[in-house]
Amino acid sequence: MDAVVVSNLVKKFNSFAAVNGISFSVKKGELFGLLGPNGAGKSTTIYMLTTLIQPTSGTAVVNGFDIQSQSDKVRESIGIVFQDQTVDTRLSAYDNLDIHGRMYGMDAESRREKIDEVLQLVELTEWKYKEVKTFSGGMRRRLEIARGLMHTPDILFLDEPTLGLDPQTRRHIWSYIEKLKEMGITIVLTTHYLEEADYLCDRVAIIDHGKIKVLDTPRALKSAIGGNIISISSREPQRLSDLFIRKRICDKTRISETVVSFETKDGAKLVPKVMEIALKEGIGVESIEVHMPSLEDVFIYYTGASIRDEKGAESDFVARRRRHGY
Amino acid sequence: MAIEISKVYAVWLREVKRFTNSKSRMIGSLGMPLLFLIALGGGFSAMVPGYNYQAFILPGILAMTILFTSVFSGVSIIWDREFGFLKEMLAAPASRETIVIGRTLGGATTAILQGTIILVLGIFVTGTPIPTIESLAAIFALMIIFSCFLVAIGIAFASVVQEVETFQLIMNLLIMPLFFLSDALFPIDKMPGWLRAVSVFNPISYAVDGLRGLLINASQFGIMFDFGVSIAALIISITVATYLFSKTSI
Repeated sequence: MDAVVVSNLVKKFNSFAAVNGISFSVKKGELFGLLGPNGAGKSTTIYMLTTLIQPTSGTAVVNGFDIQSQSDKVRESIGIVFQDQTVDTRLSAYDNLDIHGRMYGMDAESRREKIDEVLQLVELTEWKYKEVKTFSGGMRRRLEIARGLMHTPDILFLDEPTLGLDPQTRRHIWSYIEKLKEMGITIVLTTHYLEEADYLCDRVAIIDHGKIKVLDTPRALKSAIGGNIISISSREPQRLSDLFIRKRICDKTRISETVVSFETKDGAKLVPKVMEIALKEGIGVESIEVHMPSLEDVFIYYTGASIRDEKGAESDFVARRRRHGY
Repeated sequence: MAIEISKVYAVWLREVKRFTNSKSRMIGSLGMPLLFLIALGGGFSAMVPGYNYQAFILPGILAMTILFTSVFSGVSIIWDREFGFLKEMLAAPASRETIVIGRTLGGATTAILQGTIILVLGIFVTGTPIPTIESLAAIFALMIIFSCFLVAIGIAFASVVQEVETFQLIMNLLIMPLFFLSDALFPIDKMPGWLRAVSVFNPISYAVDGLRGLLINASQFGIMFDFGVSIAALIISITVATYLFSKTSI
């Protein structure tokens, strides 16, 4: 049995489809990633799967329970770490966890044991009785994760777990997530950090404009788009691009500012030829780089845009909708 | 899903812990009622010799203390929405009724704590005779009903208006009119006709009148009637609050 089965899920805000008919399954014990820019529909998907909002159409089964007709059962069996802070800063770490445990119907003894266990996991044991308002951003995030694990969920949803954290703290959070995976917890995470999806996830679904563009393991995604990527930096990228296509060096190129890139089977062998062609035409080449496709290249390949090019307009729109209720 | 006592307790516990963790808030919110009682009450008492105005407004000030703390406690759902904790509550496997009841009882507990302090100080400051055990029990019963009614009003408001900026608006358009358009500061039989006409439709008037009956034996409507109105107001407000809160979203 799969941990999560999503069938044709749609969420519309008035006429705007934030999630526009997505389907995927998450296997038990898998670390599944939803990768996409801000406003792609990742959080909306998580909100639907965690029963916080109702889908417009379609359905999903989480842990064997239907998200609409058995939402209570779904809630009991999942843990959620939201994108924004949801711990109570005026309470201690202990109280936050204790009240959470009570809300999930845990008895006194299991609460006490579990609080120590989860605090140890995220290395906050010393801070047990400290008020959360004295915590740094990274510590609050760790407490959120600890709280999500408090009631021993079968599935943990992590919405942008490292958003806005410094690289060092991010590495830290990654190591906790890896530990959870080793413990056998099914994890569904959303991220717009490509390296995060690449590093952590067993399988990644690239989501854009509310639709899943492609879904596979990071390795398969990367190898599917060809052997190497050649990126050439030049003052005349457009001329260079036209030249390459005319000379049958490649079928298509991508231009991003001054850089022309294209996929090829064996990049290193092609470098002298590329240089020769450019020099013959008198086009100056500033630098040339051959690299293995990254998840970023995969992302660009399937969505036609770099994840960093995306403007926040759409996400603002969704956030505004969310604030004013549905 | 039914109302689960242990989860109601969890929500209650959070409210009370938040309150007791914030000593400044606890002390700060006693300032205004004490000023009203001592300065306003003392001033008017001196203007009308032979009449203990301070003792007259003590029930009003008691109601004021409960009014402020209770409504703010209910309305603080707006802050929970802003600072994210509401998501944690809404994502938990607990019914909306459970959350509303827990918050109502939590808010009422903090309000009664403050009310008790004002009651004790007030009895000494104003020279009100110390109530009998029976009256005291009735006073607390009325304060609890009254407070729950007000927390529920706060929850209902917070479920509809969601912007933090409306906090001040609620203060000016809800709390202040409820307080001043009641018999808290003036005897209802001495009021100008228009004010009396408004006051008799204000549930606050009946809570104040009941407390006044129990403290200085000066009820206008009759204590049983005051209880009846207060209970009816509570049932209506908690029903509305539960309905509106169940419609609220993250």
